[in-house]
Amino acid sequence: MADIIDKIVLYLQYPFVRYAVIVGVLIALCSSLLGVTLVLKRFSFIGDGLSHVAFGAIAITSVLKLTNDMPFVLVVTVICAVLLLRTGQNTRIKGDASIAMISVGALAVGYLIMNIFSTSSNLSGDVCSTLFGSTSILTLTSDEVIMSVILCAVVVAVFIMFYNKIFSVTFDENFAQATGTRAKLYNLLIAVIIAVIIVLAMNLVGSLLISALVIFPALSAMRVFKSFKSVTVCSAVLSVFCALLGILISVVFSTPVGSTIVAVDIVVFVIFSVAGKLSVKFM
Amino acid sequence: MAQLTCKNLCLGYDGYEVIHNLNFEVNKGDYLCIVGENGSGKTTLMKAMLGLITPVKGRILTDGGLKHGGIGYLPQQTAVQRDFPASVWEVTLSGCQSRCGLRPFYNKAEKQLAEKNLEKMGLEKLKKRCYRELSGGQQQRVLLARALCATQDILLLDEPVAGLDPKVTADMYKLIEELNKKCGITIIMITHDIQAVKYADKILHIGDKKFFGTKSEYLQSDISKGFAKGEYNG
Repeated sequence: MADIIDKIVLYLQYPFVRYAVIVGVLIALCSSLLGVTLVLKRFSFIGDGLSHVAFGAIAITSVLKLTNDMPFVLVVTVICAVLLLRTGQNTRIKGDASIAMISVGALAVGYLIMNIFSTSSNLSGDVCSTLFGSTSILTLTSDEVIMSVILCAVVVAVFIMFYNKIFSVTFDENFAQATGTRAKLYNLLIAVIIAVIIVLAMNLVGSLLISALVIFPALSAMRVFKSFKSVTVCSAVLSVFCALLGILISVVFSTPVGSTIVAVDIVVFVIFSVAGKLSVKFM
Repeated sequence: MAQLTCKNLCLGYDGYEVIHNLNFEVNKGDYLCIVGENGSGKTTLMKAMLGLITPVKGRILTDGGLKHGGIGYLPQQTAVQRDFPASVWEVTLSGCQSRCGLRPFYNKAEKQLAEKNLEKMGLEKLKKRCYRELSGGQQQRVLLARALCATQDILLLDEPVAGLDPKVTADMYKLIEELNKKCGITIIMITHDIQAVKYADKILHIGDKKFFGTKSEYLQSDISKGFAKGEYNG
């Protein structure tokens, strides 16, 4: 045990490990906030769909050789998020089908573009790291860290400011709209926030595993807690805890960061499911 | 004074007209029942009155100090709500949302209003309980408390007793009647429970044949006999 702690202390002296921990914890915090809303609105897979869009956008930026790809990827993802959430109702192609369509479409086109125009010698390595985020969180530059911190702060601030409105719109959209809350506007806001979170989280777990970061803490918290506030707080705490533990484990045992975090999330989910069942039985 | 007037109202979606040329008005303190067969456009009409859809033709006028968003609404429950982690208090308070405008949090007056409405519905002991763990009747009362937070004037109820057992149904009707008689809140209720008709002052029947008038006129008309099939005997 002392060995492991020594190892962690040693690694934490490297700036890139500190960056990874800071950004990882912040992203985990943000991504868990909207998880409850997305799960309840039956949009669990929007994270997956949007992250593939972001993957496609990254492919385009790498072809165009843009040095800072984040703004471009962010804009593209936000637009897709708005389109997806907007077409949730009253369209020919229903929500889940349109998510699936955009998701696999962007993935295919992204890989195609990378393959045709690639200048890199290690194409499959690049693709793998974008999909699984295997190393990118450990190679963050200080600019990227600052940008992530700012975006995270904005997301958290917006979420707290609009917390009650997000609750109303999630619980009963028709009621909210009928009584004069601008439900469509807040749906749009949710779409934009989720897009920002996805783009941020790509660095941490890569585009294939983002959904896990968004929905696992929320689902775990929902097993045990009964009010919206307690579920939200609990999922934020869980998410941060899992991310921190996952990053430390992956540093010490040199496992891939993203999948380690998700594995920790899964373990926590199982524990909370059992706890939820037990609390029903004995109370 | 008419609180809500529908003039030559035509409603529909995707180019298909569900309701054609509907005329009726609701006065302050009325208890109006909207009845009709499945598919006759009851829910579409309610959505139009709530401003969720725009009429194809005709107008819905509101008056008597009633502004958009001043209508309280008791919707049918959705699948989302059945596993939603929310406390009774959170749900009730969310009825005050439209009073907040851009203000992010609820103020003291709004919390007191929610408290008062919970008491009115006899729910003060359940305040901290989880909404999804309540019985169907209790859930309806929570939603009613929420609707009362949104309005003091007019309540639209969409099948308020669907899925409730006879005793709870009777309690629910009594509660609604009290709101109407004691608090002077206008009630517009969609139902296909013919029992509900006896509580109303006015009836709007929509479908192939249309009817709008008082309860006694309705009960004497042929249209009610077709609909009620003699089930009504009060």
